[in-house]
Amino acid sequence: MSGVRVAGVGLTPFGSTPDRTGRDLFAQAASSAFEDADVPRSDVESVRYGNFMGELAEHQGHQGPLMAEAAGVTAPATRYESACASSATAIRDAVISLRNGESDVCLVGGAERMTNLGTAGATEALAIAADDLWEVRAGVTFPGAYGLMAQAYFDTYGGGRVDLAHIAVKNHDNALDNEKAQYQRAITVDDVLSAPPVSEPLGLYDSCPISDGACALILVSEEYARANDLDAPVSITGSGQGGDRMALHDRDHLARSPAADEAAQVAYDDAGITAEDVAAAEVHDCFTIAEVLAIESLGIVDVGDGISAARDGYTTADGPVPVNLSGGLKAKGHPVGATGASQIAELTRLLRGDHPHSDAVDGETVVAHNAGGTVASCVVHVLEVGR
Amino acid sequence: MTDDAGSAGFDDWMDALEAGDPYYIECANGHGSLPPRRICPECGEQSLSEEPLPDTGTVETFSTVHVPTPAFQDDAPYVTAIVDFGPVRVTGRVLDVAPEEVEHSLTVSLTSTKSETTDDRLIAFEPV
Repeated sequence: MSGVRVAGVGLTPFGSTPDRTGRDLFAQAASSAFEDADVPRSDVESVRYGNFMGELAEHQGHQGPLMAEAAGVTAPATRYESACASSATAIRDAVISLRNGESDVCLVGGAERMTNLGTAGATEALAIAADDLWEVRAGVTFPGAYGLMAQAYFDTYGGGRVDLAHIAVKNHDNALDNEKAQYQRAITVDDVLSAPPVSEPLGLYDSCPISDGACALILVSEEYARANDLDAPVSITGSGQGGDRMALHDRDHLARSPAADEAAQVAYDDAGITAEDVAAAEVHDCFTIAEVLAIESLGIVDVGDGISAARDGYTTADGPVPVNLSGGLKAKGHPVGATGASQIAELTRLLRGDHPHSDAVDGETVVAHNAGGTVASCVVHVLEVGR
Repeated sequence: MTDDAGSAGFDDWMDALEAGDPYYIECANGHGSLPPRRICPECGEQSLSEEPLPDTGTVETFSTVHVPTPAFQDDAPYVTAIVDFGPVRVTGRVLDVAPEEVEHSLTVSLTSTKSETTDDRLIAFEPV
């Protein structure tokens, strides 16, 4: 079985560019990725592209071929839709294809155009990641569902809004030097606590922004990297996916994310690592409470301890296991279809030493956690350098 | 978004709720679920029956929604809750109680209400 190397990464700035089309965003990210990879476009054998709300935001389905064309690539192309986990799902399939020898070079990534919908329109578009009959029609929004999970967590394990506020503060601090981040601005615990409520107990600063942006990755087989003498020291060594019931009320746990437990276990076993090996993580903090559930599922902290990890300095940039050194979805932004790929881009740069926070990572193994809906879908990847 | 063609199974369940006879789907192995179902999502059993829902349930978690989708624009703020009825949990709106008085384990009954924005019916709970 072949290994998989990250040959190149490319990101657009994340933020508010309502007039830019999805195809223009992805073209920019792909250009950066090809420049970074030093791989010719003609070697690409497949395009795997994540996108969630293209029909609603741009009246555009069938985006795979459109994005291959935008990237200047002639290859079979497929769009992956798995809500907010769309591009990690695309990456996982690329990893499987590269490992089994089916292909040697894949262009993978994703994009989302959201801000043109406005807050109400984007709220409606995000809500369709929930069960339409039994959740959306009852008035559940995306932040509303995470508000239900946050309240369930408080009632089960303790903690409160101040603990969550420290997660937002940490992630904003981490984004200060991230030139691609939507918010390069420090905030305080008081700012978080005094922000308008969105879905209690979550407020505006517990929530990731609505963002436009794209990310592209060039993934290659070990053999291709060697044959072409590529400078690509980072490998994806583990990949795992987990699933759960669609509606939150049908889950065994309202304050945990079993799909992420499953994805992490599969990915760790695949890579031959344990949670103790994880030196840093990029996790899906669409809301502050989501980071709590994620780091517990990844085994970075024990169940019930995730709520205080940022406040205690365990997951801060100077802590033992820094989480979301990019700023996370919270400060970097969350263009849904691009998010999973952008986590891999950030981790690759952290490991190869060209990220502003590379010095904060004490180890060779890092993980990415990308979740869809209220974690009915989850994909975890393990990245390692020098293996 | 309103689906003009209706949603068989779900609409029937809402009709039963409005008539005061809410039910759940039970499989031959005793797993509860909500319609429409042909297959038990827990075990794959295809022998399913409609059973009456218990009259009351308890609030398991709740959230006051301040930023709604456009379909609930005139309704916000409102309290959404997940209520445990035993064989199934149900998500809906909590009526007739101040948001700060909604709490874990509050006993409620199942009812229906209308969206103030669209006049569409939706699942609701009332304190007992």
